[in-house]
Amino acid sequence: MTSTALRSRAWKLLEMVTTPLLPSDYLDLVSPLRAGADLRGRIEAVHPETDDAATLVIRPGRGWRGHTAGQYVRIGVDVDGVRLWRAYSLTSPTDRRDGRVTITVKAIPDGKVSNHLVRSARPGTLIQLDQPTGDFVLPRAKPAKVLYLTAGSGITPVMGMLRDTEFDDVVMVHCAPRPQDVIFRDELHARAGDEKLRLTEVHTDTDGMLDIARLDALVPDWTERETWACGPAGLLDAAEKHWSDHGVPERLHTERFRPSVVVTGDGGEVTFSATGKTVDADGATPLLDVGEEAGVLMPSGCRMGICFGCVTPLKTGAVRDLRTGEITEAEPGVLIQTCVSAAAGPCDIER
Amino acid sequence: MTAIDPTAHLTATQIEELGRELDAIRDEVIAGRGEKDAAYIRKVIAAQRKLELVSRGVLLFSSFPPAWLLGTAGLSVAKIMDNMEIGHNVLHGQWDWMRDPKIHSTTWEWDHVSPSDQWKHSHNELHHTYTNVIGKDNDLGYGIMRVDEDQKWHPLHLGQPLWNFINACFFEYGIAAYDLELGKNLNKRGRKNPEFRARAKAVGRKIRKQVLKDYVIHPLLSGPSFLPTLGATFTANLVRNIWSHSVIMCGHFPEGVQVFERRSIKGETRGQWYLRQMMGSANISGSKAMHFMTGNLSHQIEHHLFPDLPSNRYAEVAVKVRALFEKYELEYVTGPLPKQVFSAWRKVFRLSLPNKKPGVRTPDRARELVAA
Ligand code: FES
Repeated sequence: MTSTALRSRAWKLLEMVTTPLLPSDYLDLVSPLRAGADLRGRIEAVHPETDDAATLVIRPGRGWRGHTAGQYVRIGVDVDGVRLWRAYSLTSPTDRRDGRVTITVKAIPDGKVSNHLVRSARPGTLIQLDQPTGDFVLPRAKPAKVLYLTAGSGITPVMGMLRDTEFDDVVMVHCAPRPQDVIFRDELHARAGDEKLRLTEVHTDTDGMLDIARLDALVPDWTERETWACGPAGLLDAAEKHWSDHGVPERLHTERFRPSVVVTGDGGEVTFSATGKTVDADGATPLLDVGEEAGVLMPSGCRMGICFGCVTPLKTGAVRDLRTGEITEAEPGVLIQTCVSAAAGPCDIER
Repeated sequence: MTAIDPTAHLTATQIEELGRELDAIRDEVIAGRGEKDAAYIRKVIAAQRKLELVSRGVLLFSSFPPAWLLGTAGLSVAKIMDNMEIGHNVLHGQWDWMRDPKIHSTTWEWDHVSPSDQWKHSHNELHHTYTNVIGKDNDLGYGIMRVDEDQKWHPLHLGQPLWNFINACFFEYGIAAYDLELGKNLNKRGRKNPEFRARAKAVGRKIRKQVLKDYVIHPLLSGPSFLPTLGATFTANLVRNIWSHSVIMCGHFPEGVQVFERRSIKGETRGQWYLRQMMGSANISGSKAMHFMTGNLSHQIEHHLFPDLPSNRYAEVAVKVRALFEKYELEYVTGPLPKQVFSAWRKVFRLSLPNKKPGVRTPDRARELVAA
């Protein structure tokens, strides 16, 4: 017998021993970062960057496949006991010797996860990880002239690129409210001092928002540069228009954080995506009834919120708990009790 | 139906007010759920797994008597933890709010021959919705016993103390049969029903896996300790079964617990539903360890009012719930385990015989309360 066949037999035997659990349920107790485990990471250090931003040093599990500069990673963190998933850009170079990676997080007002990570994350904490992803990356052939146009935390993916690649000619225009709000400011200035980077800081508290037309003055040769832009939607929209107005849209690469904001309301259009049905629902009718009326096969039980026989994935949108009024927004892995939830805006129920 | 209704002194308005007060208790716990609770269940799960692992490890040497004793005791406790504080409660969705797919009612499987999803249906859905409604809640004697005067007597009931004892020893199989509604489905039509067949197959698969683990593989791994390990796992299952059977009997069988007629739940309001849960359940008093080992089902009344609140919160909820019982002059049926078990068993024996006078209940505490 080959050794793989032997190993798979041994594994089958082990599964019989641990039934109804899996061997991994026991192995996770001692070695959560081992090869073959669900991908996780351990926070090993938290370094403050500015008043409201911090860099987390993470040791990823053995299954981590590595990233390309500019990519982001989705992480699952338990905040107040609830697992929440968010995406953050990787800011570490790809060849860090110790195998650690870093993400840099800026606390946004009312942001549950970002505030938790910046202010209360503790070294030693386990987090869930996805493999890195995203196509906001450099092409294989290094461009001769590069422009980075960033604002706020939009600098994070760019920092990953700067730390990873030596450029011959790179210009950065970065916007932040005040000098002390510029994330990685010391490092950026050191690079500028070494003449590895030409840096322009725009301080929006004093200078006002960056008018994209000013680019001609700040970076006269911008049309010749391969550009990566990351920041708030307003800036990116303006940039996209500007680049196409000048006939060079292919030179611009953008990355948008928080693509869509969920609008919550009273009732809304409910999509049952597995069945392909869409109906209008009010804010008081349980989604279970809405689905059944539309002829969708809905699992159910007590119909009063106690048996959990009706839980169904909420793919997009938001619902309101009819008992408490609490709003639940769609996130990967979020399940709702359809018998006590009503549409709070348009939503998609996987049925 | 009941000779004297212990809730007769409450007006409809009072019952709805009671419902609102209970809702407020629930909302408060939900608003306060957080990191500490999550840490609690994770700790319990980790402890259970370690205890099971160590116990099974010790049992590999179970031809050495002290190892047998230690391993058997450990495995019994581990199995009880798995079924009670962890399995029962996770399957109620008590921890779904954590959004951890590994500790979730939709993914959890327990050390029990009844597959999780079947148990969830018969327990969460039928028993918890129709608590103590004659003809609707099969937990009332599990379809094989008569536990209330208002249930019809049949000569078969003469043997119910014996059935109940056998059921206690093999409780997990009893539950599996019960979840399958085996009695109802063993006729020709039932056996042909594809839905029943699929469920029976799932139970068969689960039984095979469980038996293989406990009675074949684990003893085999013990080599020369094959027989002692076999005996140890059998004992652990027996202990777990008798323990959980006892705890569960205490939930709805002791004297003083009310049953309800089918028509009494027609158009039931939220307040009335709450009231039925209050009158239909009984608690066990005792130490923290006692509550833990019963999976907090010692707080059966609170569990029936709020089946989806995390079990570690029932103790604090109980204080407030009990105050409401007093306020509304209702009887909070509770007592130490031996007393409640005795009370339940006495009922099993008493009702194995026909009622003394048809239609009249022997005095129970509920009647005494009203009379007082
Ligand atoms: S049907 Fe029972 S919780 Fe929704």
